[in-house]
Amino acid sequence: MKNDSQDPKITAKNVNVWYGDNHAIKDVSVDISDRMVTAFIGPSGCGKSTFLRCINRMNDTIPTCRVEGDLRLDGEDIHDARVDPVELRARVGMVFQKPNPFPKSIYENVAYGPRIHGLARSRAELDEIVEKSLRRAALWDEVKDRLQAPGTGLSGGQQQRLCIARAVATGPEVLLMDEPASALDPIATAQIEELIDELGRSIAVVIVTHSMQQAARVSQRTAFFHLGNLVEYGETDQIFTNPADSRTEAYITGRIG
Amino acid sequence: MNAPRKSLFTPGPRTRARNRAEARFRAFALAAILAALAFLALLLAIIAHKGAPAFRQSYLTLTVDLPAEKLDPKGRRDPADLARVKTFKYAPLLDAALERALAEAGGENPFAKPKKLRALLSRGAPAQLRARVLAEPGLIGGRITLRFLASARLDGYLKGRVTRESLARERKFTPAHLDVADTLRAAGLLETRFNLAFLTGSDASESRPEAAGIGTAALGTLAMMLVVLALALPIGVAAALYLEEFAPGNRLTDLIEVNISNLAAVPSIVFGILGLALFIRFAGLPQSAPLVGGLVLTLMTLPRIIIPARAALRAVPPSIREAALGVGASRMQTVLHHVLPLALPGILTGTIIGMAQALGETAPLLLIGMIGFVATNPPATPAEALLAPNSAMPAQIYEWARRADPAWYERAWGGIILLIGFLLLMNLAAILLRRRFERRW
Repeated sequence: MKNDSQDPKITAKNVNVWYGDNHAIKDVSVDISDRMVTAFIGPSGCGKSTFLRCINRMNDTIPTCRVEGDLRLDGEDIHDARVDPVELRARVGMVFQKPNPFPKSIYENVAYGPRIHGLARSRAELDEIVEKSLRRAALWDEVKDRLQAPGTGLSGGQQQRLCIARAVATGPEVLLMDEPASALDPIATAQIEELIDELGRSIAVVIVTHSMQQAARVSQRTAFFHLGNLVEYGETDQIFTNPADSRTEAYITGRIG
Repeated sequence: MNAPRKSLFTPGPRTRARNRAEARFRAFALAAILAALAFLALLLAIIAHKGAPAFRQSYLTLTVDLPAEKLDPKGRRDPADLARVKTFKYAPLLDAALERALAEAGGENPFAKPKKLRALLSRGAPAQLRARVLAEPGLIGGRITLRFLASARLDGYLKGRVTRESLARERKFTPAHLDVADTLRAAGLLETRFNLAFLTGSDASESRPEAAGIGTAALGTLAMMLVVLALALPIGVAAALYLEEFAPGNRLTDLIEVNISNLAAVPSIVFGILGLALFIRFAGLPQSAPLVGGLVLTLMTLPRIIIPARAALRAVPPSIREAALGVGASRMQTVLHHVLPLALPGILTGTIIGMAQALGETAPLLLIGMIGFVATNPPATPAEALLAPNSAMPAQIYEWARRADPAWYERAWGGIILLIGFLLLMNLAAILLRRRFERRW
C-alpha cells in the first residue's frame, strides 16, 4: 500500500447522522488518504452522500440534520467551535450530482471562489487562476474563446467540468464529488473520470458513485455503505475481487441494491 | 375467441365520448376568457366614453374694458388701493364685455338685466380678471382680451350633456342662454379646446366644476408612492430574506409567517384607523399629509411585498445555494451574490403590483384626512409635497363623484382615466424591469 506511511487526510470516528428521527449514518469510522481517490459505493439511501456532506459540513444547512462523532481534517476537529465552515469549505471543495453553474459567465463562475477568498491580488492573477483551473478541469480549450458566455449555455458535461474548475479554483486540499457523472453521457463521463484520476494524484478526492465500474476504474480505495453502516472499506481491487463481507459481495454481483 | 378486428380509422365509443368531453371543456374555457374580455372591453369603453369630455373644456374669449374710475377711484395706481377693489367690482365689467361681444356678433341680450348673462361664465372669471389687473396695473384705463372659462352648464351644452329640455326647470341658466351661446360660437368667441388645467390644476369649490383639476392630487399620490417605495421595498425584501434564508424554523417564525399572511387580508380601512391612531394622534405627524398617507400605505403594502418576495426567493433553485456554499461563500454572500439577483425580477413584480394596489386605495386616506377637497394648493417644495395637506387621486375622484352637479361626475370619470393610465405605466415598468433583469440569463 503506497500511502500507509503517511497520516490520513481525513479521519472519521464513530460518526452518526440523524435527519429528524431517521438515523441515516450509524457509527461510521473511516480514514481517507491524501493524493488518492476514495470511492463510496452502495445502494440508494445507504447514506454515502450524507456522509460525504458531513466532511465539508454541508449538512449544517439542513435544519433537521444532526451530526455526532469525530471528524478531523489534518488532525483538526472540523466541529470545533473555532472552525468557520466557510473556511473549511474553501479547503474542502465539492462537486454536486447535477451540474449547477451560477447563472453568470464562465469566467465569473471560476473566478467567484478566488474572489470571495481574496486569492488574487490583481486582475492578471485572477485571469491566471481562472485559466489554470479551467485547464485542470480539461475545459480550457473548449471555452477559452468565450469566457464571457453564460456558463449555463454549456453542454451537461462541460457544465460539470466547469463546476470542477470552480471547485479547484480555490485550491482545495480535498475534493468531494457527489455522483459527478450520473447525469452525463458516456463520453462526458469518461472525460470526468479522467479528470478525477488526474486530480487524485495531487489532492484527496472522495467520490460517491452508483456505478461500480466507475468506482473500480477511478478509485484506489472503496468504501461500501449499506443502510447507514460502513460495511467494508479497503483497497478497491480487493473489494471487487475478494470482498470480505457477504453483503458487499451481494451488492457487487448485483443481488442487492 | 376471435374478437372483430378494430380499425384505427374508426375511434371507439369511449374515445369519442372523451373527445366530446374535451371539446366541451375547451369551449367552456374559451367562453370564460371571452366573457372576461368582453367585460373588460365594456368597462374600458364606458370609462373612455364618460371620461373623455373632462379632457376638453369650453372657453369664452372676451375683450374687457378696464375703466380707471371703477378700478382705481383715487387714480394713484397704488397696489394697496387696487387691492381694495374686490372681485365683486369686476363682475359688472364682464357683464358689459359679454353684452358688447353679443352685440358685435349680431345678437341681442334677451335679458332685462346684463347681470343675467354672467351665468355663461365660470364664477371664477372675475377673480381671474382681477388677478391679471393686479399683476399688471398698467392695463387700467385700457381694454384687455382674455380667455375665460365657460360655466359648467355652457361647457355641458357644447359637450352635449346639457340640452334645452334638461334646462327646463333651471332658473339661472335658461335656454335663452343657449341662444346667446350659439351666437357667440358662430362669431368664434366660444370654443372647446384641450383642457391642460385638468391635468395640472387643483380642486375647485363646489360651484366651479369647470375649474377643477387633478394635478395637485396626483402630486399627493406621487409623494405617497415614493414614501411607499422607499420604505416598503427595503423593509419588505429584508423581511422576506430573513424569513426565507436565515430564520430558525421555530414556533415564533411560524407565528410571524401566519401573521404576515393575515395582514395581507386585513381591510385597508383598518390600516387607515391604525395610521390615524399611530401616526397622527400618537406620533403627532400633520393631518392630511402625504407622508402619513405613505406610511399607512406602507403598512398595508408590506405583507403584499413580503409574500411574493418570499415566493421569488423560494423559486431560486437550492442547487445555486449549494454551489455558492460549496465554494466557501458565507450565508450572506450566497444570498447577496446569487439568490437575490435571481429573485429580483419576481420581487420587483410583486412590489409594483403591491404599489399598484396602494395607488388605488381610498378608504385609509379618508381616515387620515386626505380628502379630495383638501387638494386646493399645489405644493411648492418637496418638503411641502410630503407634509402640506393634500389628497390623492382616488380620494379626489371619490370626492368629485360625491358632489351633486353632473359636471363633477364627468371630472370623476376623467380622473379615473388618469388613474388607470398611472396603473398601466406602473405595470409597464414592472414588465420592463422584469425583462431587463431576466435578459441577463
